[in-house]
Amino acid sequence: MSEYFKAAIIDNISLNEDLKLLTITPLVPTISPGAGQFYMLQVGNTYDPLLKRPFSIFRSRGFDYGHRRLEFLYKIRGKGTLCLSNLKKGDDIYVIGPIGNGYPVPKEDFVVIAGGMGIASLYPILERLKKRAYLFYGARNKDELIILDEVMALSKEIIIATDDGSVGQKGVIIDVLKSSPLIKHNSLPVYACGPALMLKGLSMLVKDAKITCYVSLDEYMACGVGACLGCVVKVRSQKTEVYKRICKEGPVFDLEDIVWD
Amino acid sequence: MGLESREERVELSVDIAGVRLKNPVMTSSGTFGYGEEYSEFVDLNRLGAIVVKGLSVTPKEGNPPPRIVEAPAGMLNAIGLQNIGIKAFIREKLPFLRQFKTHIIVNFFGDSIGEYVQAAEELSNASASDGGIHALEMNISCPNKEDGWIVFGTDPKAMKQVVTAVRKTTNLPLIIKLSPNVTDIGLMARVVEDSGADAVSLINTIIGMVVDVKKRRPMLANTTGGLSGPAVRPIAVRMVWEVYRAVKIPIIGMGGIMTTNDALEFLVAGAKAVAVGTGNFVNPLATIEIIDGLGRFLAEEGIYNVNNITGSLEI
Repeated sequence: MSEYFKAAIIDNISLNEDLKLLTITPLVPTISPGAGQFYMLQVGNTYDPLLKRPFSIFRSRGFDYGHRRLEFLYKIRGKGTLCLSNLKKGDDIYVIGPIGNGYPVPKEDFVVIAGGMGIASLYPILERLKKRAYLFYGARNKDELIILDEVMALSKEIIIATDDGSVGQKGVIIDVLKSSPLIKHNSLPVYACGPALMLKGLSMLVKDAKITCYVSLDEYMACGVGACLGCVVKVRSQKTEVYKRICKEGPVFDLEDIVWD
Repeated sequence: MGLESREERVELSVDIAGVRLKNPVMTSSGTFGYGEEYSEFVDLNRLGAIVVKGLSVTPKEGNPPPRIVEAPAGMLNAIGLQNIGIKAFIREKLPFLRQFKTHIIVNFFGDSIGEYVQAAEELSNASASDGGIHALEMNISCPNKEDGWIVFGTDPKAMKQVVTAVRKTTNLPLIIKLSPNVTDIGLMARVVEDSGADAVSLINTIIGMVVDVKKRRPMLANTTGGLSGPAVRPIAVRMVWEVYRAVKIPIIGMGGIMTTNDALEFLVAGAKAVAVGTGNFVNPLATIEIIDGLGRFLAEEGIYNVNNITGSLEI
């Protein structure tokens, strides 16, 4: 169930050079999001950019006492996010959400694999089950390991890798995972979000293991409600391969079902 | 008399190919799914008609992603006509749509004349036995795989053949969705009118391309895609005007309609009804706002029947 509503911008602040935190408050009563769900946000007031952009919910606050806050982390990468970054406190935007299936909430210890901005989507499960996650967190460099202190405080253990070795082990997080007993001999559920290459690497890694991996996917989206069929991924379903909508049947899929090209 | 009571007096219903729509605002095929996707946000009962996602006899998988990319004031799509097939639509989607007090127009396509005919036949039979389908909209922007992959909608001869064949097959009102990727759309409209079509809808998307210069690759997996959104609107309005001068059958105008004013441009240029497509993605309530806005505009202008604004363009 999603809603289409107007929201006011509470804050749109820079955390570092190109990372921003957007906080909005719905102007009408709305339902609270689940971990791993996302929202389509209006990013400007003109026809260019035209479409709303999908953003994972990072934090939601106050849904139980009426001071609703929705927080989104984003990086200025293209026209859409640049436009979003120019919105100011007090501006109103139209929003659709919460959208998608979200992560099944873990009941026991679990493994989290985050690549760069992927951490924003995984944050709600870390927060939900504090100190139960073994977090593998990879990014290009120190600056791209966003909200590191916060996720460190919420995790049981944290293993970091950066491409340039500025923090943690040098290399990609999947290579670090290869030698980890948590992947080799474990039955804990895995939650992952990050670049397609990372998820693809993960699927190779766990191919023969009996591990359930929930991965959250990203794709260009036009409507966010399942109508346009723009955001599809190929998955195995009853012995055939079909395209499923990331916005409707996803964004979280069982890694084992995904057909990589 | 106050504006509100004048608004109530405005007659918004229009007759398209023998179907009486409560108002002239419908959804464009491929932008509104099978209705249910938007039913959380939109009261479907208020729509003049719902035009469902294009269907073929057998289900189609569609193109690999990326399927969409944004362009200035618009977007390109290359979905590849993914659909569940006519049988599954009739079984799984039509019962939901029947609950609503609106008209259902089914868009369909094929990749040969035989397949178009079969699709029209299956839809007509379903309509005859259980109802729920009020008109057909035929997408002719597909290539004929049995005849050199000529796109039906860009070749007058191929178009005449396929429309004539489908016309013989069905008694349902038949709307032909015209391709804008032609030199003379008025000529194309005359061909389909002569072939027995009851109405035309236009425009379908305009073929375009966006390039990722760093990768030296097209942004869409399909290389090219159909451009829609406000970027195409002036072209669409011009084409509606050309078709209005060329044929007598009613016109459903579409192409980048976002607001009441946009819809009015099409009506003034000659359309009897309009459809909102990409606009639904930007504002799920666009159709409803346009329906309300039309009533208000017409009341303000002292025009009490929407039909009187169709083709009112003065030159």
